[in-house]
Amino acid sequence: MKRLVPKHPLAIRWMHWINFPILAAMIWSGMLIYWANDVYKIHVGHNILFSFFPQGFYKSLNISFRLAEGMAFHFVFMWIFFLNGLVYVTYTLVSGEWRYLFPDRHSFREAWLVVLHDLHIRKTAPPQVKYNGAQKIAYTLVILMGLGSVLTGLAIFRPTQFAWLTAMWGGYGNARVIHFILTLGYCLFFVIHVIQVILAGWNNFRAMVAGFDVVNDPPPTAVREPSILNHAQNLADGK
Amino acid sequence: MENNESPLDPSAPPPQQHTPGDPRSPQQHTPGDPTPPGAAPARHPLRESFRKAIGTSDQLTAQQQINRRTFVSFAAFFVLGAAAWKSWFFIKDAGQSDGVQGPLRKVLNVDDRIFGRTFSPNHLAPTFPKTAAARNVRYNSGIGLGSNGFDLAKWALDVRRDNGDALSIGIDELRRLPKTEIVYEFKCIEGWSQISWWGGVKFSDFAAHYDLRPETAREYVGLATPDDRYYIGIDMPSALHPQTILAYEMNGQPLPVRHGAPLRLIIPVKYGVKHLKRVGRIFFSDTRPRDYWFERGYDYSCSL
Repeated sequence: MKRLVPKHPLAIRWMHWINFPILAAMIWSGMLIYWANDVYKIHVGHNILFSFFPQGFYKSLNISFRLAEGMAFHFVFMWIFFLNGLVYVTYTLVSGEWRYLFPDRHSFREAWLVVLHDLHIRKTAPPQVKYNGAQKIAYTLVILMGLGSVLTGLAIFRPTQFAWLTAMWGGYGNARVIHFILTLGYCLFFVIHVIQVILAGWNNFRAMVAGFDVVNDPPPTAVREPSILNHAQNLADGK
Repeated sequence: MENNESPLDPSAPPPQQHTPGDPRSPQQHTPGDPTPPGAAPARHPLRESFRKAIGTSDQLTAQQQINRRTFVSFAAFFVLGAAAWKSWFFIKDAGQSDGVQGPLRKVLNVDDRIFGRTFSPNHLAPTFPKTAAARNVRYNSGIGLGSNGFDLAKWALDVRRDNGDALSIGIDELRRLPKTEIVYEFKCIEGWSQISWWGGVKFSDFAAHYDLRPETAREYVGLATPDDRYYIGIDMPSALHPQTILAYEMNGQPLPVRHGAPLRLIIPVKYGVKHLKRVGRIFFSDTRPRDYWFERGYDYSCSL
């Protein structure tokens, strides 16, 4: 028998789907800004492994010579990003949803088992409530990353008025690097998140839009729920 | 609160009792339905048909609820998504206001006001020892530094007073005023920054010396190169900030031409774009003086 079980509250679905285009706009406008001084590289010694970003990348996304526009979009959409995140955190705390999201002492071991399962090394996935250990860690971490983006952003935006904050991040240049790395983190999160959503399937995805899960209960029989009589019989049989 | 039994875990037996305070206790989760299970809900027929239409009525079968709620939710999802898509292009294709889309310009002006409140003359840009200053000071722009018609020897600063007088101040006269030096991290709006060392007269000392009291009571100060090719506006609190300097020295030497000889603005509370080189004139205003990069889409204050 099919049964509807509420999964994601309406507020969380709204904030999740608001965040998606807003974060995309922040990353896009951030790239328009980064282009103007694109100095970050991954290198081992003097060997440059990767340069952010190759010319072809700028060209295909039409990023070049748009610094002013990038700053304008960034400093407008930052408000929505910040307020949406603030409301989300407040909501999860007040509603009690944080209990499903915040990792506990079992989550890290559980997350490891989830990873083994996802890599087809382990046959079964550990039982989960709403989110498994890996999800709890990821969804909490991404909120901390959001906080980091806001605070490094403020440190870059007003490094004189908030000089203490800029100093806290190790100075202006470091704050910029951290701001950039956090953005790479969102991109990585996005890729893994989308793959996992595809693998998890329709029921899971629908829950993030419509809010409910569909649970298939096996037909009610006496076998499923041991009655006191079964228990008594077992005792009598000496089991 | 123990949460081992979940409504979402199909393998778990159905929870036997309502846990008080558990927001997802499965016994009572028909949204907006406070009726205890078993009791016949007495609802207005119109409300009931609405609930049937959107799939939240418990008079529907589970499959009907699934179908209708899925349809309604996804319809709303796509309508809202389309609205967001439309809004994006409404902003992107909006008419320009000083080099940037009008709606963005409005918010940028609000940003200036909000973050203007965080300004304090006591908030100082961090300073460094002179040994930390760069030897090769980065040169990024020469707008307004054209050589045609400019004679360094004949240069004098033109200051327009409120009473209509004009002051004409030579560089030697400025050098006799109290000298202030600063080593700070110069920050370009492009994203790079560099620790550099400058010396000159504090703007506030300059204003006090020439008794520019009525002028500094105004909202803004405007500066421009002698050829008027580069021009900026500065809010008065930033101009009077204790680290704002009319600089005539760099690394302890007279300013090189590329860095704005004979006099440039050093204003650590703002991006490099406001550090006007080769200051020709200074004037005061209650409205925003025209500003070169503002006209090209940047926010007016460019504050740090």
